[in-house]
Amino acid sequence: MASQWNVYESFQALLQAGPYHLALEGVLVLCIIWLFTAKKQPSKLVRLTKKEEEELIAEWMPEPLVPNPPPEDHPALHTRTVYGKAGKYLDLGKGEKLLNLGTHNYLNFGERPEIEKAALECLHTYGVGSCGPRGFYGTTKVHLELEERLAEYFNCEMAVLYSYGFSTSASAIPAYSKSGDIIYADEMVNFILQRGLQASRSRVVYFRHNDINHLEELLEEQVKQDKKDPRKANATRKFLVVEGIYMNSGLMCPLPELVKLRQKYKLRLFIDESITFGTLGKNCRGITDHFDVPMKEVDMIMASLETSAASTGGFCVGTKFVIDHQRLSGLGYCFSASLPPMLAATSIKVVDILEKEGGDLVAELQDKCRLMNNKLKGLPSKVTVTGEDISPVKHLRLVDSSEREVEEQILRDIAEKAENYGVALTVSSYLWDKEANPPKPSIRITVNKDLTEDEVEKALDAITKAVTDILG
Amino acid sequence: MSPPRRGYLNMVAHSELDQVPREKILNQQGYSSCSKENVAVNDIQEPEEKICHQNGSIASIPTKLTTSASGDSLPPAKKIFHKKEEDCSLFVAFFTFLSYGVLLLVGYVKEFFNPPSTKEKNREGYVPLYIGFESFYTRNVYRRIQDCWNRTICSVPGAIIDLMERTTPDYGWTMKLTGKIIKCINVGSYNYLGFAENVGPCHDAAEETTKTLGVTTCSPRLELGSMEIHQKLESLVAEFLGVDDAITFGMGFATNVLNLPSLLGPGCLVFSDEFNHASLILGLRLSGATVKVFRHNDAQDLEKKLREAIIYGHPRTRRPWKKAMIVVEGIYSMEGSICDLPNFIRIKKKYKTYLYVDEAHSIGALGPHGGGVVDYFAADPKDVDIHMGTFTKSFGAAGGYIAGSKDLINHLRVTSHAQIYAASMSPPVAEQIITSMATIMGKQGDGEGERRLNQLARNTHYFRRRVKHMGFIVYGNDDSPVVPVLLYLPAVTAMFVRELTNRGVAGVGVGFPATKITGGRMRFCLSAAHTKEMLDKILEEVEEVGRLCGCRYSTAVKNPEPIEW
Repeated sequence: MASQWNVYESFQALLQAGPYHLALEGVLVLCIIWLFTAKKQPSKLVRLTKKEEEELIAEWMPEPLVPNPPPEDHPALHTRTVYGKAGKYLDLGKGEKLLNLGTHNYLNFGERPEIEKAALECLHTYGVGSCGPRGFYGTTKVHLELEERLAEYFNCEMAVLYSYGFSTSASAIPAYSKSGDIIYADEMVNFILQRGLQASRSRVVYFRHNDINHLEELLEEQVKQDKKDPRKANATRKFLVVEGIYMNSGLMCPLPELVKLRQKYKLRLFIDESITFGTLGKNCRGITDHFDVPMKEVDMIMASLETSAASTGGFCVGTKFVIDHQRLSGLGYCFSASLPPMLAATSIKVVDILEKEGGDLVAELQDKCRLMNNKLKGLPSKVTVTGEDISPVKHLRLVDSSEREVEEQILRDIAEKAENYGVALTVSSYLWDKEANPPKPSIRITVNKDLTEDEVEKALDAITKAVTDILG
Repeated sequence: MSPPRRGYLNMVAHSELDQVPREKILNQQGYSSCSKENVAVNDIQEPEEKICHQNGSIASIPTKLTTSASGDSLPPAKKIFHKKEEDCSLFVAFFTFLSYGVLLLVGYVKEFFNPPSTKEKNREGYVPLYIGFESFYTRNVYRRIQDCWNRTICSVPGAIIDLMERTTPDYGWTMKLTGKIIKCINVGSYNYLGFAENVGPCHDAAEETTKTLGVTTCSPRLELGSMEIHQKLESLVAEFLGVDDAITFGMGFATNVLNLPSLLGPGCLVFSDEFNHASLILGLRLSGATVKVFRHNDAQDLEKKLREAIIYGHPRTRRPWKKAMIVVEGIYSMEGSICDLPNFIRIKKKYKTYLYVDEAHSIGALGPHGGGVVDYFAADPKDVDIHMGTFTKSFGAAGGYIAGSKDLINHLRVTSHAQIYAASMSPPVAEQIITSMATIMGKQGDGEGERRLNQLARNTHYFRRRVKHMGFIVYGNDDSPVVPVLLYLPAVTAMFVRELTNRGVAGVGVGFPATKITGGRMRFCLSAAHTKEMLDKILEEVEEVGRLCGCRYSTAVKNPEPIEW
């Protein structure tokens, strides 16, 4: 309320000032106006004749819309086609079905009949599309129920649902962080988060991957700067953006340490749980559940529903104070059509299942992840595998460094070879020139809960064979 | 409504007259009778379709037939297609400003005595997460009328929706569902062709696809997320639009946001219409290109600014621009206006710029074949460099597409963010689009697509003309199924929405900040699923509520022709 008093006081001061003073002020104001207007008068632009203009326009030769169209044989133009449902096995049109180590259905929910049933039931009531944004009759009972269930599941006050995984964190971050604010982010954060950071126009400070000391150094540096300019510091929000398990490395973030730093330096902690939702913790809740960190320590959790939940869209959970703000400021929420109700209905079913049998599912998945991890250690020494032992995402990389294109081609050859041995692998795709810190090319291996020990064995066999075939 | 057949149009129109309470309309409105034929329908047997404007002038819009006869010649381009909308009187503008002023003043007084608690739990000593005028406005203005938005429905968003009644125990701070369900005629959803259905071929196809392909791929297109259905969809979209190739994405908003950065970069120049959608604005911002804004749909303003920009180059480096692009929408969802495509194409060709047309609202809803604004003006699809559109609206699904030349699409397949980092489109959603698009194209459904296109066009003309006759200020083009009715005052906008809901019509009110301050409006989105009886019911209620609110501000001379469906 300080501003009202300032206005009032300055008005009072104005009344008390004498006429000479006022006249002087008036002259000064006129001078300022004159300065501003006078500057504009001499036009900087040289006026050209009509003919000259036409010549210049005719002369201008813009680049083609697509200056370098990709060659016809670019691998991205020849993606593999999946026939039928993507489950534990994938049909890539090779005759026999391949063991799926490439898609993100860690819990294999795509194959559960009750989820399909929920989708169909919803389809019978609501049709496919919602035909409107959430504000304009695009909110159905199903959306509200899913938001309520997710909030309840995460022990939070509120959840907000987005209709696309990419738009979730890319919209949520710029809803809070504006220009002038500072965001500390791990250098390995995925591209979606990077887009969110970029859209916020804040100052982004990357710290080394999972390096708490480096982060603390950077924060200390900022504290010193803040002391010099406390006024600015009092208006600068500071955010810390991390992932539960990093999509680009398969490693887990050291949440307890991060929480300590959050408290010490008054950061707002946003965690992307796209991989960890449904795969970590005794209740499947993710990284907070895994480390037993109470939800109040985290400001917001963002997650995609396109991974374990086997649906489309994404959500954010947190306190009502935080989340409600997105309903008017999250661009991807306000200005986009809502999620097709049937896809929301499958997610409700997923929450149901996680609530009922989540603990068992996680235990089962983690067993498989560990098993896979142990087996992967036995691969030929020309490749290395990174990723937490309980992480369902692991990265297989070449030990020898060479040019990125060469490495990528080798990995692609390995993946292709592995298909012949009955395993579907995928080279992780990146937009190399747009990634903030491009990782080394890799094959991203994902673990499905329903893999049996034999199948893991078979997968390893296939990968080993493929690697030896290509690398010798 | 039986589907009107070609050649029998007049007969159908006249036989309708028995059902139309024509006398009632004439007596109530005091129209003088006129014997002009009903011409405001799609009759592709006539070389030109005449549309009567309010002031009686007749604009000609050539249909597809003329182009096929005369090659790819464009309609008379110099003619300014977009006409200025009627302004409100100073009196109304004054009271609109005054009412916002009073709302803000009351807010300031209230918060002076009772400051809002912005304190968070567990976050003592933090810089507030959000502050400023925006949240003040939300608390003090938006909160009072927030029951007009975010309404919950529990049925398919078709012609009739089930609205779940809400109450607020605390003046709008929280909303509670009462459990009661209100049946309303739906003029709020973007269901232009009525494909939001829970029965029928689209539903059946989607059901079948769910059973065979599941609901998700859990992988991006570039990895293991490409299915046959996606390829089928993309080739169908390309065929529908008459271009080389198309690429599809899982979300319409993201289609703009994630692809514009692949096409533009620093050193590029973009001319963006002032009323472009938030997704375009965000996409342009992320691309790093220099964005200049031109007046809504004003080709002259664009040309002037474009000339200057090309002649003087980049303002900082003084180098020529790498490339320039004009970004427009087909139908503007808040204005109801149709973009002046012929002039934009002319300018684009003259100045060697590229043209990006966002057909989010126009695809399916406009043109004799439902092909959007390109089809409407019978322009050559190749003249538009980048066709963008969404499947949310006319197709009753979700997602978006970009279509154009082979090179463009290949480029996007390799560089689009959504191809690489976002999961591919859900198969049942893709199936819904394929089925509805095939219906519009006449590939299936025995002329159902044509019937729907006809129904929407006739609904649009009928509804728009009758609302204008009632004396409302209506924005937009006469062929646009988005009908914004200007109400100006925030209280009137809210009252209009609430009153119409009480009378069984669910529409959308829009006000500041989505529009300018003197731009509060009620928006009706017409659909092919609406029958004439439904429209009459809506119109009756609109007239009644309009009389109650005293908001029929138009001073334009009314067209004396009788209004026939």
